[in-house]
Amino acid sequence: MFDTVIIGAGVTGAAVARELSRYQLKVCVLEREEDVCCGTSKANSAIIHAGFDAKPGTWKAKLNVAGNRLMDQWSRELDFPFVRNGSMVVCTDAGKMERLEALYQQGLANQVPGLEIITDKKRLREMEPNLSDQTAAVLWAPTGGIVCPFLYNIAAAENAAKNGVEFRFRSEVTGIIKKEWGYEIATKEGLITTRTVVNAAGLYADVLHNMVSERKLQITPRRGSYCLLDKTAGTHVNSTIFMLPGEYGKGVLVTPTVHGNLLMGPTAVDVKDKEAINTTAEELAEVLEKSSMAVKDIPKRQVITSFAGLRAHEVGRDFVLGEAEDAKGFWDCAGIESPGLSASAAIGCLMAGWVADSLHAKKKEHFHSKRRGIVHPFELPEEQRQELVSQNPAYGVIVCRCEMVTEGEIREAIRRPLGARSLDGIKRRTRAGMGRCQAGFCSPRVMELLAEELGIELTQVTKSGGKSMLVYSDAAQVHLPEANLKWADVLNEG
Amino acid sequence: MRKAELVIIGGGPAGMAAAVSARQNGIENIVILERDHVLGGILNQCIHNGFGLHTFQEELTGPEYADRYEQKVKELEIEYQLETMVTDISEGTDQKASDLLPGVRCIHVSAVNRTYGFFQIETKAVILAMGCRERPRGALNIPGYRPAGIYSAGTAQRLINVMGYMPGKRVVILGSGDIGLIMARRMTLEGAKVLAVAELMPYSGGLKRNIVQCLEDYDIPLLLSHTVVNIRGKERVEGITLAKVDEKGRPLPGTQIEYECDTLLLSCGLLPENELSKTAGVALQQITGGPAVNDRLETSIPGMFACGNVLHVHDLVDYVSEEASLAGKYAACYIQKAKEEPVEDGTKAKERAAEDGTEAKEEPAKDGTELEAAVTDDTELQIQPENGVRYTVPCSISPDKMADQVVVRFRVGGVYQDRYISVYLGEQRLLHAKRRILTPGKMEQVILKKSFFQSVKPDEAIRIDLEEE
Repeated sequence: MFDTVIIGAGVTGAAVARELSRYQLKVCVLEREEDVCCGTSKANSAIIHAGFDAKPGTWKAKLNVAGNRLMDQWSRELDFPFVRNGSMVVCTDAGKMERLEALYQQGLANQVPGLEIITDKKRLREMEPNLSDQTAAVLWAPTGGIVCPFLYNIAAAENAAKNGVEFRFRSEVTGIIKKEWGYEIATKEGLITTRTVVNAAGLYADVLHNMVSERKLQITPRRGSYCLLDKTAGTHVNSTIFMLPGEYGKGVLVTPTVHGNLLMGPTAVDVKDKEAINTTAEELAEVLEKSSMAVKDIPKRQVITSFAGLRAHEVGRDFVLGEAEDAKGFWDCAGIESPGLSASAAIGCLMAGWVADSLHAKKKEHFHSKRRGIVHPFELPEEQRQELVSQNPAYGVIVCRCEMVTEGEIREAIRRPLGARSLDGIKRRTRAGMGRCQAGFCSPRVMELLAEELGIELTQVTKSGGKSMLVYSDAAQVHLPEANLKWADVLNEG
Repeated sequence: MRKAELVIIGGGPAGMAAAVSARQNGIENIVILERDHVLGGILNQCIHNGFGLHTFQEELTGPEYADRYEQKVKELEIEYQLETMVTDISEGTDQKASDLLPGVRCIHVSAVNRTYGFFQIETKAVILAMGCRERPRGALNIPGYRPAGIYSAGTAQRLINVMGYMPGKRVVILGSGDIGLIMARRMTLEGAKVLAVAELMPYSGGLKRNIVQCLEDYDIPLLLSHTVVNIRGKERVEGITLAKVDEKGRPLPGTQIEYECDTLLLSCGLLPENELSKTAGVALQQITGGPAVNDRLETSIPGMFACGNVLHVHDLVDYVSEEASLAGKYAACYIQKAKEEPVEDGTKAKERAAEDGTEAKEEPAKDGTELEAAVTDDTELQIQPENGVRYTVPCSISPDKMADQVVVRFRVGGVYQDRYISVYLGEQRLLHAKRRILTPGKMEQVILKKSFFQSVKPDEAIRIDLEEE
């Protein structure tokens, strides 16, 4: 029996797992997919918000600011890219200044540090030369930041695993039954027993919660579509640029990413299907159109990919955090929509504290707070990278030309604990396939490496687990009666 | 630091032909840097025939064609490094210190491979021969899911022809570029069902012979003015939706056609691969995305040449070889001339290069003229594409330095019937040649003779356009 089972290996689940691994507890993470970071955590704005957006007093407000504050330490300890590039809310209509002012006041109430309303045009031009010419003023938040959500999620999970947390993949939860001693969890892989449950199931947190509680939650998938631009466009803005929320809704943001691309989005469309991560022509058009409202001259021909993610919007509008009132030992992290990524580290700390207290758990004597990421030779000083290649020549062979990812990195991504099992897993860990050619050149080689490292056939290699197989063994597997008939005819005639 | 006279980036058809020609023109110290584990580039996966009719007067497959050049490279004992990725090209810093090339500007090529790790080569000249890549789905902004089963046509070609695996069973192809057409046939021959080839434009981007031999011969429908408006399937492609588009490429409501399929191949254009050229500061042509070169195939940076698909996308590899041989020859001339008259001092060269880089980006067309006027007093005539002619390669010629004749290649922007290709120098018409049909899928060429340019007035330009009579 486990002390705690965490359901979901997105950023929230991984952060809770990492923090719970500080305690002398037997913890397991159940994940439906074959990898961590497969749901909302993989398709979002990759922003660590400063924290002026949420109403003062809400979990969103408190944990955003707290989570933001933790990111420097977490990125240092866990070795994932995080940059405080600052964020701006742009007001392009002098008549709407009171809205900007209200946002500023809200930020002060939320204790966001360093907020400032800037109206000095010269200074704004120096900070952001490509702001809209209509810019009247901006709200400047120097603590706003950008992060790689994949590497953050993976790093937290790897660190949790290093500290003894067990991860079970392809383990979708199909039922939860409350027992006197805790919970019995049914998965496709069998029954699991545990004293406590942490529900970090993202879009499905309502479904799981409602299995054990009469106080029902309701999560609506709210889709956001994005366009990602080539690195040549990555310096178009320096900070994260938001439109002033208003008549056009929350608007879309334009931001550099930690890897140097430019990202624009999201839309906000409520959908019924919790798996509907498809983009639509209308939403992509909306992203392209609205992105120009606060930022001028965006080189939109440089789009290299588009994608959509689903936010887990709970009807009560705030995060749902804490023990379910009528289900002792069942802890919810539900409705973790924006600023969920920003708040996740703080949610991890808070939730782990609550659960550990409820179990009267003691801290471990030896907690490994540090984790090192996959070494990218191009980020090393010359001597070190030369040394790396002489020790392991695979770091001298480039597989992904666009992002300059080496064979050594790809092999390492598969070999490390919680290693990659699919093309997308490799992509999230190494960026192979994430560049301007979008895996055209590297995917055949990455498939070969996956097959070789995992000891499987190429036909078993998937894009993202499940039935996402990439190739068939040969033409014999491609059975087409009419084709065979034709050949038969030819042979008979001959 | 390792030293060379000529570094060739890319060991595909362009790089190999350039190397062979440079060696035949007297250059000893040549290195080809190739990122794949074999020479030959994309030809290795083009196992269909039709290559070499011009060069060898016989019909070869891609690998056979590549092999001819590979044998020459080996016979001539030209050095090549495989699985070697060039990461940077820059102007050398300590030019005076170079003993191989005293007093001559030099170029530093940085690369990485498993044998030498990260290394640099100091060289007198570079030939850019990196080829091109395919436009990905993202650039097309096709809506829908992002499941397995969406491949660029070239990736599918590699999977089948090199690795021996089938990317799918029921296929829709978007884009009627030559690779897409070839792959329609290839997948059919391997037992897959190709349901349709959709093309956004009202005309195909591929060669007529490929439409006949790859689609019509197999009863594969070509749907012009159609595009993909949806991709279904969460894990693997389950179906796609095509729709007819209006003249601006916007899908027309009510024209959707649903296809049950497991694969979508994309053949929506090739883009010259010029990331390295950009880091080097080479001026690019806006239309092609390839370096702007003069009649010696020299880029805006002296000593840096370009040929093949990195310059502009060719229809036939034979033209690539021809162009690359010239690049090799001109690079050889440059190196030998530099040996004879090491005139420039390093700082001056550097300043000039810095100017090129910045100015060229804004006004690539002007760049060559100013450069040459400032340095050698030579006149460099710009070639202006007009009236349906989208671009030309080269984009300038020098009446003094040019060979007796220079082939100027270009593509047109639409389908034209019964037009004349005309070449003017100022008001004077130099050439006037009728074409029954001109399409964007077929590269056109004109030959400019040195004798045309006996008396050239200052600021005169060459104009190439299409005329009705």
